[in-house]
Amino acid sequence: MALTTITADAEPVFHLEEEHAHAEGGSTMLGFWLYLMSDCLIFAMLFAAFGVLGGNYAAGPAPKDLFDLGLVAVNTTMLLLSSITYGFAMLTMDKGRVGATQGWLAVTMLFGLAFLSIELYEFAHMIREGATPQRSAFLSSFFTLVGTHGLHVTFGIVWMVTLMVQVARYGLIKANRRRLMCLSMFWHFLDVVWIGVFTFVYLMGMLR
Amino acid sequence: MPETLTKFIFGRLTWESLPLHEPIVVGTFIVVALGGLALLGAVTYFKLWGYLWREWFTSVDHKKIGIMYMVLGLVMLLRGFSDAIMMRLQQAIAFNGSEGYLNAHHYDQIFTAHGVIMIFFVAMPFVTGLMNFVVPLQIGARDVSFPFLNNFSFWMTVGGAILVMASLFVGEFARTGWLAYPPLSGINYSPDVGVDYYIWALQVAGVGTTLSGINLICTIIKMRAPGMTMMRMPVFTWTSLCTNVLIVASFPVLTAVLTLLALDRYVGTNFFTNDFGGNPMMYVNLIWIWGHPEVYILILPLFGVFSEVTSTFSGKRLFGYTSMVYATVVITILSYLVWLHHFFTMGSGASVNSFFGITTMIISIPTGAKIFNWLFTMYRGRIRFELPMMWTVAFMLTFVVGGMTGVLLAVPPADFVLHNSLFLIAHFHNVIIGGVLFGLFAGIAYWWPKAFGFKLDPFWGKVSFWCWVLGFWFAFMPLYILGLMGVTRRMRVFDDPSLQIWFVIAGFGAALIACGIAAFLVQIFVSIRKRAELVDVTGDPWGGRTLEWSTSSPPPAYNFAFTPVIRDNDAWWDMKKAGYRRPLSGFRPIHMPSNTGTGVILAALSVALGFGLIWYMWWLAALSFVCLIATAIGHTFNYHRDFDIPAAEVAQTEEARTKLLAAQGASA
Repeated sequence: MALTTITADAEPVFHLEEEHAHAEGGSTMLGFWLYLMSDCLIFAMLFAAFGVLGGNYAAGPAPKDLFDLGLVAVNTTMLLLSSITYGFAMLTMDKGRVGATQGWLAVTMLFGLAFLSIELYEFAHMIREGATPQRSAFLSSFFTLVGTHGLHVTFGIVWMVTLMVQVARYGLIKANRRRLMCLSMFWHFLDVVWIGVFTFVYLMGMLR
Repeated sequence: MPETLTKFIFGRLTWESLPLHEPIVVGTFIVVALGGLALLGAVTYFKLWGYLWREWFTSVDHKKIGIMYMVLGLVMLLRGFSDAIMMRLQQAIAFNGSEGYLNAHHYDQIFTAHGVIMIFFVAMPFVTGLMNFVVPLQIGARDVSFPFLNNFSFWMTVGGAILVMASLFVGEFARTGWLAYPPLSGINYSPDVGVDYYIWALQVAGVGTTLSGINLICTIIKMRAPGMTMMRMPVFTWTSLCTNVLIVASFPVLTAVLTLLALDRYVGTNFFTNDFGGNPMMYVNLIWIWGHPEVYILILPLFGVFSEVTSTFSGKRLFGYTSMVYATVVITILSYLVWLHHFFTMGSGASVNSFFGITTMIISIPTGAKIFNWLFTMYRGRIRFELPMMWTVAFMLTFVVGGMTGVLLAVPPADFVLHNSLFLIAHFHNVIIGGVLFGLFAGIAYWWPKAFGFKLDPFWGKVSFWCWVLGFWFAFMPLYILGLMGVTRRMRVFDDPSLQIWFVIAGFGAALIACGIAAFLVQIFVSIRKRAELVDVTGDPWGGRTLEWSTSSPPPAYNFAFTPVIRDNDAWWDMKKAGYRRPLSGFRPIHMPSNTGTGVILAALSVALGFGLIWYMWWLAALSFVCLIATAIGHTFNYHRDFDIPAAEVAQTEEARTKLLAAQGASA
């Protein structure tokens, strides 16, 4: 926004003759950041709940009985790789290469799906062993925290499919670039949250 | 129909769910239904549906959305106040063995609904509406950052209100108190739909509130007119900014904690249960981490209103602008550090209680600074005691008392005596009525002419003012006394006959407030009838100081024909002093967002989703959820969301105003 400087003796300027139109979507990045921070607070609450309840096993299974760190490590790799490939999608987007962008998005989505599949396998395994969300406060908060993250990833994938359709239809127009940028922030944000989950829930859980 | 099929379709909704055995509810339903039918009939008869849909419901104009928020707040105020007066009547007569006229089942719903409605569906819509209407005008913007989101947020708030209202006639509302503490709100002690209505109404409305918070922050950060630095923003815009920061930083907490409660109730998890490692006190902590900032969300914008009103009606620049801004920011931060004072009696120990007691007392310092700033603004000012200023003075006198009883409650040992007593009830009504409500009335009287082009009738305004102020003192001072005598909140019947007189006085106060509300409605009616007399064509009826008074009343859709350039805190005052003349030519086309019905549809689907979840109609919940996602995705395929108002149309609108002003100049 150009700031008009006014000296005391000049004729006062009361308004702009030409419209410095606020660029369309000029607030979107800030707005999306704020949304992410509000989402971050929801995760903060879930982490806090896990922090309070995470040791309340109610004579049920504890992390050491349940977690398979090897599997979680593979899962973490999937998500981290998906963040890298999303980064590649953004780089190719900047060069305006529609095909490559779509390709990297598809790879990202596959990694995301792999992450979700492993997570669902882990959940199913735990539930089969009787470690259900109802079993103890520890498991309630575990399933809610990890599951909320998983729901976010699911939502991200739905969003990604939508954007791929839109890019295919309308190309890398400004609006679509902006949307891809928002999804990029969302996707990396989920990665950061997962690092918190991995450390706080899985690694530290094994130390309890 | 086989029972399983009925159960599949209707979930747990049966004929018994309709409260036909409660004559009061049935009576209310008949009145509401007749009133509603009359309203719908009138809208149909006058063929207003198309107009309402095109010009209002689907509008993305921040001014219209702001006005719709105010209408919602007013309608819900009538509901919330009906609950209040029913409680006052019950407590005034339930002595000497009398059970009163409300049974416990009904009474418990009433005090819960009263609290929920007054906070979420009266105070919040009023405050959000005021910010929506005023902030873009004050910063010289054409609209908010995300106009569609604004419309969607409004309809989500309406959706929440609809769910609460539905609970009155279909099923029941929570009987838990307005914050629904577990384990009482858990499935074991509240197996009925009441708490589910509570949860989903607040979740639906909460989405709207959070998004509107994000929207207004972006608007204030990104859309200010050139020259308006942060420290040149009007104080109302500053307080709105802080309030919206609080909204974005606290409503997600509410969303999270209600989700956990819902999981406990629906899935059988153990977050807040008494067994399997659950921790009910965690709920109390979490909900107050939202709840305390919430009270500042409500009051801060009104501090802004009082600042604008005091400086306008004293004809002076606001005293201590910088300190006012810093005081607001300090309150914003401190409001996160005091939540535990709502449950000193939990037993956190002396050190924790001392910390939260001290932070609570510290809040009175920036608040006190504000009071002195207003007083010094009035000092040697040319004060005009018009309606907004009267409300402001009444606020200062009333709010200081409420603030002082607040500091008293901040002392943990005193709180151990007064916790959950009527003293607490008197305290928070003292600050919410004396602060938020009085501020809203000041704001409504102040900005009404901007919204509609004519002033509110002063006579009925004064009647309403005196009824409200006196009614407040009559209604709540007895509660302080009763609280000191040890009477606890939420009681339905009393044993000690010596207490009755105080409840009767409080009931009288509530009746006075009822007169105040009636007078307010009469005031609006009379003002519309007498709008020709009360008209203001200048757009600046009060000798205003901030930008919103520089444009016409009501402002054109585009707010400002040219984006103003700001040189001073009191931008419009400065323009007037520097010999501003309205530009009469050289208009350009103006880029504006288009209306859309998507917000209404999404909110309606959310209500259906909530209703399905409340009544265990899983097919309805699943169906509406899928439709919700599909509609949202479908909306993103619409890339053409704006249009240009042609320069000729702008010129025409401005020309019409020039003629009006000339006609008035000739007659004056």
